[in-house]
Amino acid sequence: MKSSRLLAWIAIAIGVIYFIVPLIGTFEFSLRMRRGEYTFDAYQSVFSDLQFRATFGYSMLMALLTIVFGMLLVVPTAYWVRLRLPQIRPVIEFITLLPLVIPAIVIVFGYLRLYNSSSWLPLTNTTSGTNVLLMFSYMTLSLPYMYRAVDTAMRAIDVATLTEAAESLGAKWPTIMFRCIFPNVMSGVLSGAFITFAIVMGEFTMAALLNRPAFGPYLQLVGANKAYEPSALAIIAFAITWLSMGFLQLVSRFQKTAPLKA
Amino acid sequence: MSTATLIDRRKVIDWLGIAPFMIFALMFLILPTLYLVAGAFFNPQGEFTFQNIKDLTHPTILSAYWISIKVSVASSLGGALIGFFLAWAIVLGGLPSWIRSGMLTFSGVASNFAGVPLAFAFIATLGRTGLVTVFLNEWFGFNLYSTGFNLLSFFGLTITYMFFQIPLMVLILTPALDGLKKEWREASEILGASNWQYWRLVALPILWPSLMGTTLLLFANAFGAIATAYALTGSSLNIVPILLYAQIRGDVLHNPNLGYALALGMIVITGASNILYIWLRSRAERWQK
Amino acid sequence: MSFLNLSNIQKAFGPVQVVKDFNMAIEKGEFVSFLGPSGCGKTTVLRMIAGFETPTGGSITVNGKSQANLKPNQRNIGMVFQAYALFPNMNVAENVAFGLKIAGKPKAEIDARVKEMLGLIKLDHLAERYPYQMSGGQQQRVALARALAPKPQVLLLDEPLSALDAKIRVSLREEIRMIQQQLGITTVFVTHDQEEALSISDRIVVMNAGKADQIGKPAEIYNRPATRFVANFVGTLNLIEAKVVDPVANRITIGDQGVTLREPLGNVKVGDTVSLALRPEAGSTAPDAKGDTALTGEVISSNFLGSVIRTRMKVGPAVISFDMFNSPGLVPPAVGETATLRFTAGDLLIIRD
Repeated sequence: MKSSRLLAWIAIAIGVIYFIVPLIGTFEFSLRMRRGEYTFDAYQSVFSDLQFRATFGYSMLMALLTIVFGMLLVVPTAYWVRLRLPQIRPVIEFITLLPLVIPAIVIVFGYLRLYNSSSWLPLTNTTSGTNVLLMFSYMTLSLPYMYRAVDTAMRAIDVATLTEAAESLGAKWPTIMFRCIFPNVMSGVLSGAFITFAIVMGEFTMAALLNRPAFGPYLQLVGANKAYEPSALAIIAFAITWLSMGFLQLVSRFQKTAPLKA
Repeated sequence: MSTATLIDRRKVIDWLGIAPFMIFALMFLILPTLYLVAGAFFNPQGEFTFQNIKDLTHPTILSAYWISIKVSVASSLGGALIGFFLAWAIVLGGLPSWIRSGMLTFSGVASNFAGVPLAFAFIATLGRTGLVTVFLNEWFGFNLYSTGFNLLSFFGLTITYMFFQIPLMVLILTPALDGLKKEWREASEILGASNWQYWRLVALPILWPSLMGTTLLLFANAFGAIATAYALTGSSLNIVPILLYAQIRGDVLHNPNLGYALALGMIVITGASNILYIWLRSRAERWQK
Repeated sequence: MSFLNLSNIQKAFGPVQVVKDFNMAIEKGEFVSFLGPSGCGKTTVLRMIAGFETPTGGSITVNGKSQANLKPNQRNIGMVFQAYALFPNMNVAENVAFGLKIAGKPKAEIDARVKEMLGLIKLDHLAERYPYQMSGGQQQRVALARALAPKPQVLLLDEPLSALDAKIRVSLREEIRMIQQQLGITTVFVTHDQEEALSISDRIVVMNAGKADQIGKPAEIYNRPATRFVANFVGTLNLIEAKVVDPVANRITIGDQGVTLREPLGNVKVGDTVSLALRPEAGSTAPDAKGDTALTGEVISSNFLGSVIRTRMKVGPAVISFDMFNSPGLVPPAVGETATLRFTAGDLLIIRD
C-alpha cells in the first residue's frame, strides 16, 4: 500500500515535470525579447501585428461558421437516426469516426483534386468557394467529436417521447426541431462547439493547402521568420485551448446536473 | 391508396431525413478519399497500372514511411505507457482527489494542444537556446546537443508528440480504470493471488481492449499529424505527411499519381491499425456484452 | 481453544471506533451469522478475518495460528462477495479454477476439482459460460464454488444474497447451508436480514454499534432477546413499558392493568419503569384462547395477511401487536371494538440493558 502510493507520487511528479517544463520554458522564452531583462515585448509585437488580427479573426469566423453549419447537419441527423432509423446507427457512427482514420492531409488532397478549377464543381476557383470548402473540411474534422457529443446528449433525453408530446400538442416539425430538440441537446451542442473551436483555431494543414489566411498557417509563418514571437503565440494558443476546455468542463458539469433540475 | 404505398412513402421520408448527412459525407469525406485510392492505380495517361504502388519502394519514400512508423509507434507506445501509469496513479494510487481532477482538467487541455504552437513550446524548451538546454549547460556544464540530441530528429519528434499522446491516454483510460471493481482485486487476493498475478490475470485482460484501442488511436493520431512536425523541422525531416505536403504543393515526385499512392499508403496503414484494433477487441471481448 | 477465535477486536477508522471489544469463538464446522443493521461493524469484522482490514487491537487466530502478520493471500480463506465479483474475463470453469491455478496445482487435479465443484453447485452444464451470460443466482453459486475450490479453512460470506430476488434468495440460502453441512466447513455469514440468519445459522451474533449485543442459537436470540436492540431488530417483538408495583411479588402495571410476572424483577424499586417484550404470536383474542394473563384494550387495526391476522391493540399508553393463525371459524376483532388478549405470563420477558 505504502510503496504503491510512493510509486503514484513518482508517476505524478514525472507527469507534472513533463507537462509543466515546456510551458515554463515557452513562457520564459517569450519574455526574453529584450536583451538582459524580461518584458512583454513579444506579446506587444504579436498583438500589434495586423496579420495576427486578420488571421485570428478569420479563423474565429471560420470556427463559428463551422459550429453553426456543423450543428445544422449533425443535430437533425442524430435526431432522425434515433427516431426513425436506429438500424443504420452503426453505419453513421462508422462514418463519423472515419476522420480519425483518414489523415487530414489525405482528405484535403482529395478536395484539391476533386474540386479544382477544371473539375465538375470548381469550388477552388473563387475565394468564397474555397472558404466554403475550408469550412466543410473543418466540419469533417470535427465530425467525430460533434456527433458523439450530440448523440450522447440525445440519449439522455428521450427524443421519441419528446417528439410525440410535441406532435400531440400540434407542433410542426420546424417547431419540434428548433423549440424542443435543439434546446434540450444544447449542452451536447456546446461541448461539441468548444472542441470544434479549439480544433479550428489551431488547424494548419487544411488552411495551408487551400491557401487561406487562417491562424494556423500564420503561426507557422511567424515560427519560420521570428524568434520570440512564436513563444508568445504558443502561450496565447495554450490560453485559448485552456479557455475552450474550461467552458467545456463547465458545460459538462451543467449537463450532469441538468436532469436533476428538470 | 393501398397500405403498401403508404409504407413505402414513409420509408422514403425516413431515408430522406438522413440524405443531407449522407451527401455531405459522400462529397467531403468518402469521394475525395476514393478518388485518391482509385488514382493510385492509374498513370497520368489514364491507364490502369500498379507502377505507382511499385514506385513507393523508392528509398526516399520507403525511409519516409519508416520514420513515420517509427515516430508513431514510439510516441504511441510511450504515450500509452506513461499515460497508463498516470491514470493508474490518479485512480488507484491513493492520492488526494484534487490531484485527480487537476490532472484530468490539464489532460483535457494538453490533449488538444497540438499543431504549430506545440512545436514552438518544445523549441523554446529543448531547442538550442531553449530553457532546459541553457539550464543544463549553465548549471551542470552539460551540453545536451553534444550528446547527439536534436529536437529536429526522430527522438525529438517523439517526445514532442508525447505531449499530446500522454494526456489522451489519461483521458480515455481513467474511466476504464474506474470500472475495475474493488471486489475483483479482493477476490483474487483472498484466492491467494499476489498483486502481480491480479494485474496479469484479471486487471490487464479486462483493460486490454481499451489499452490496445487507445494505443492504436494514438498511433493513427501521430501518423497523420503534420503541423507539429512541419513547424518543428520545416521540411528537413522526411516523414510521410511532410513528403505528401511537399508533393501537393509542388509535385516534388514529378508524378501526381505517385502522390495518390502515397496517400493510399497512409490510409492503408491507419486503416490497418484500426482493423487490428477491431480484431483484437473482438478477441478480447468474448466475455463482454 | 476454538477453531476461529476473535478476541477483544478493536477497529477505528481515524477517530471513529467501528468495532469495540468484539469477542467470538467459532467451532470447527460451525455456521455463524453476524446479524445487524448497516454500519454496525459486521462487515468490518468479516474483512478483518479476511485480512482486508487490520484490527487496531485484539487478535484473530485460525486453528491456533495468529493471523496478525498474514496478508489476505496467505490466509487460505474463501470469500463470497455481495456483488458476485466473478472475473468477467474468465468463464465459469476458469473462475472456479483461479485459486487452484494460483496455488500451482497440476492441471489434472484442477480439472477434477473444478468438475467436482460445478457438480456441487449443479452448474456442470454452464462451465463454458461467461459471467454476463448468467443470472445473479447462478453467478453467486459460481462465486461460492470459486471460494470453496481451494479447500479453504474458513468460508466468509459477505451478504451474498442481498442482491438477489426474494425467491432465489430463499432457495440459494438453503443450498448454501446444505453445501456447508456437506463439507463441514467453518462459515461466517454476514447479513442484515434476520430471517436469513435465523434460518441457516448454528449460532447468531447480533451486532449493534460495533459491539456484539448477544450471541446465541437462533431460537435463543428470537425467544430470549438480551437487549432492547436485539428485541427490536430480531423479529417483531412488542416492547411494552410497565410500572413496578411490587418488586418482591413481581407485580407490575401496564396502563392501569396489573400483571404478575414469572421472571424475578430483580433490583428495582416501586414506581420504576421496566421494559417488557412480548412475541406477537404469544397471545390470542379468540374465545378459546388459553393463558393465565389477560390485557384488555381497544382494537386500532386488524390486517389480514393470509396465514395470519395481525391485530394492533391499545393498552393504556402501549400498543401491542399480535398475530393469530387464520382459521375458517375465526372472526377477527373489528377496529374500535374492545378485546381481551390472553397469554401466559411466562411469555413476558424483561429486557435489561
